[in-house]
Amino acid sequence: MKLERRRLLAAGIVAAAGAVFGTGGLAQTKERVIRVTARKFVFLPREIRIKKGVPVVLEFVTADVVMGFNAPDFNVRTDIVPGKVSRLRMVPDKTGTFVFLCDVFCGDGHEGMSGQIHVVA
Amino acid sequence: MRESIDRREFLKLAGLGGAVFASGLAGGAKFAGAAEGDFYFVQLSDTHWGFNGPVVNPDAGGTLPKAVAAVNSLGYEPDFIVFTGDLTHTTDDPKERRRRLAEFRDIVKNLKNKNVRFMPGEHDAALGNGQAWKEFFGASYYSFDHKGVHFIAIDNVSDPTARIGSEQLAWLKSDLATQAADARIVVFTHRPLFDLYPQWDWATRDGAQAIELLMPHKNVTVFYGHIHQEHHQMTGHIAHHSAKSLIFPLPAPGSQPKREPIRWDPAQPYKGLGFRGVDAEVQKAEYEITEYPVKKA
Repeated sequence: MKLERRRLLAAGIVAAAGAVFGTGGLAQTKERVIRVTARKFVFLPREIRIKKGVPVVLEFVTADVVMGFNAPDFNVRTDIVPGKVSRLRMVPDKTGTFVFLCDVFCGDGHEGMSGQIHVVA
Repeated sequence: MRESIDRREFLKLAGLGGAVFASGLAGGAKFAGAAEGDFYFVQLSDTHWGFNGPVVNPDAGGTLPKAVAAVNSLGYEPDFIVFTGDLTHTTDDPKERRRRLAEFRDIVKNLKNKNVRFMPGEHDAALGNGQAWKEFFGASYYSFDHKGVHFIAIDNVSDPTARIGSEQLAWLKSDLATQAADARIVVFTHRPLFDLYPQWDWATRDGAQAIELLMPHKNVTVFYGHIHQEHHQMTGHIAHHSAKSLIFPLPAPGSQPKREPIRWDPAQPYKGLGFRGVDAEVQKAEYEITEYPVKKA
């Protein structure tokens, strides 16, 4: 009984964490997917518009070199590796305009490689 | 000791006031191993040799030589000089990177004081994992002792992901294990070890692990660069002081939407650029910082 309760609690914790941010398996329900291409030295799109409380999956690809996506205000980041699709699931918990940036030094234009996430109610 | 007091008198006479920053136990007890005299060192940072942008610095090729001349004419000989990274401006071309590093090295050879320590910044080292920088300046992280203070240079830039890395952290742990809890410790690094403003990449991904290793030591002060401006912040009892650049200033953290260089002001050339002198009062673990302009107004 105790063991079962612990398992349920553990499952609950994992579910709660996944409701905010996650980079693992995607939820079974259909969620909005935004594909972002990273290339020297720009993200396309540069501006991402999403809704507070609505899950979104960001998919990153690059054909150049290893790059990174970091949105510090949401405490999420992922590497973007040539030949792979990197996925980042997030449920924004606040409205406003927030910076995202490449956090892997990728070349002589790296420092200008950033964009904005606009979260609306 | 006498020399240090004389230097302060000299600064007063020159009208250059310093700011005193105390770390740990001000006026504390004697620490293990030394009751040696106070001393003085100079920190220069973010010289970005090879940068080309007349709007923010029309004298990009002249600022570093002017800074070298200014250090040579301080009037007092520092015990040593340290460059805390971004010696050169980044380039994707490895040959050009080496050319810039060679030119930088040749310019700073004109420093009268030959006890010069170097550190890499991400502009020097993130492309190529620091290989070119090491060819010119040797190990990118190291420690040394000077007159009772243990200095540690931490490399948080040769990994393009802005990590110190597990190997260097293990070295840091073993290096700190040789130091008493009340040892005087000064850390040099390029990026801030704490999350100053990650939105502008002003952070070190695993910097918190370095701070955690430093925390048991009572007298730790960090001098760093990267953000092209003077900034002072505490993490617990550890003081962190960033230095001005010698190429262009950057805005205060988060003060505007984008991290863009502050434009050159023809009415106030070299404004926001400079270097610093640090008076180390060893027994008190205090560091008196004096900021110097590139050129006197």
